Amino acid sequence: MEPVTSKRISVTVNGEEIEYDVDARRLLVHFLRDDLDLTGTHVGCDTGNCGACSIFYDGVLAKSCMLLAIQADGARIETIESLSGNGELTPLQQAFSDHHALQCGYCTPGMLMSAKYLLEQNPSPSEDEIRKAIQGNICRCTGYVNIVEAIKAVAE
Amino acid sequence: MGKSRPMLLREVEYARPQTVEEAIRLLSEHDGARALAGGQTLVNVMKARAASPDVLVDLQDLAELRGVTETGQGGLEIGSMTTYAQLITDEAAGARTILGEVAAMIADVQVRNRGTIGGNVCSNDPTNHLPPLLVAMNARFTIVGTGGERTVPADEFFLGVYMTAAGPGELLTKITIPAGGQDGFAAVTIGKDGTGIVTAAASLNGGARVALGCVAATPVRATEMEQRIGGDFSDDNVRSAAEGLGAMLDPPSDVHASSEYRKHLAEVLAVRAVLQAKARR
Repeated sequence: MEPVTSKRISVTVNGEEIEYDVDARRLLVHFLRDDLDLTGTHVGCDTGNCGACSIFYDGVLAKSCMLLAIQADGARIETIESLSGNGELTPLQQAFSDHHALQCGYCTPGMLMSAKYLLEQNPSPSEDEIRKAIQGNICRCTGYVNIVEAIKAVAE
Repeated sequence: MGKSRPMLLREVEYARPQTVEEAIRLLSEHDGARALAGGQTLVNVMKARAASPDVLVDLQDLAELRGVTETGQGGLEIGSMTTYAQLITDEAAGARTILGEVAAMIADVQVRNRGTIGGNVCSNDPTNHLPPLLVAMNARFTIVGTGGERTVPADEFFLGVYMTAAGPGELLTKITIPAGGQDGFAAVTIGKDGTGIVTAAASLNGGARVALGCVAATPVRATEMEQRIGGDFSDDNVRSAAEGLGAMLDPPSDVHASSEYRKHLAEVLAVRAVLQAKARR
C-alpha cells in the first residue's frame, strides 16, 4: 500500500452510508459541513480547543477538527443532526430550551453532543461530573450555569 | 469533489498500514513521513504549519499497539496507541492508578478519547504531563525500526523539545513500566486540567525517583533531592531534601510564570509528589 493524496472513503454518517472522494488534507469537520452540508457541526476555533465541532466517532465523543476525513474510512459518525431526525426535540434539547442554556447558540451543537455522551456513559452524573464532561466545550457567552442546569434536568 | 474548499493543511500524502512492519517501511522509505497516532497534537500543528509532514502514516489499524498488560507487582506493558481514556478505564492500568489519574488531567473528554500515550511522549512538548511521570516511573521505551527493535530507558528517551530517541523511520511500539506502586504527581496548571506551568512526578521503589516537567526542554531528574531522601520518606526529610532544588534549575519565564516562580513551584510540587507517593498504599 502506497501513500495517496486522495481516496474514496466509505463512511456511515447519521445512519446513512456515504462514499465520497476526499483529499488527504481535508479535515473531517470540513467534509461534514462543506461536502455533506451538515452545517450543524460548527467550526469555532479551528485549534481543537472550543469543542463546537464535537461529534460521535465510532460511538466516542471527538472533535472533528482534529480528525482527517480520510481517517474516517470505515467509521461510523453521528452529528448533531442525528439528535432530532424526526423534527422533534430530544429531552436533552428540550431541556436546553427550557433552561435557557443557549445565548448566541454557537457552542450549542457541541455542548449537546458532549452532554449526550456524558449521559450515555453516566446516566446520573453529579454536578462536578457534568462540569468535567463539558470541559472541552467553550461557551463564550459564559452561559455555563444554565447549561449545567439543563443537563442536570435530564440526568436521572 | 465538493464545492467550497476550505483547506487548512498543506497537501499531504496518507497511508494506513495494516502491520507494524508496513508502518516502519512507510516511515523509513519516505522522507518527511510522520506517524499519525491520535492526531490531537499533530493535526493542530499541521494547521498552524508548525509541522508539515509529507506523508502521514495512520496507525489506527495496528491493534497490537493498543492495550495494557499487567506483568506483576504493578509492572505494566502499555501499547503506544493506548488512549488516555483507556488508561483511565482499563482494568490492567489500574495496577498503577497514577496513570489514570494523570491521564484524567489531560485536556478534555474529546482529547482523552483520541489522544494516545505514545503520541504524548513522542511529541514531547515540555509541558506534557506524561514525560516527567514516565521518567519518575523509570519506564522503558521499545522502538522499532528497519534495523530491528531496541529498548531505551526513560532517562535517555527524551532528547529535546519535540525530540525523542524515536527517530525518523522509527516507531515507538510499547512502554514498559517496572514493578512498583507508590507514585505521585503534582502540578500547577493554566486553569483546571490545563497546560502545565510546573509539574512534578515521584515514584518510590526502595529509593525515590523524582522528575520535573515544564522547567527545561526535557523532564529533569531531581537527583540531588533523590539522594538526600535516600530511604527516609518522613515529611521533614522530604521537605529539607527539596531545599535548593529550584536554584539548580533554569526554567523559562513566560506570561504565565516567571523563572523565579517556576523554581519555587518546582520545590513545592516535588515535595507534594513524593508525599503523595508515600501516602499511596
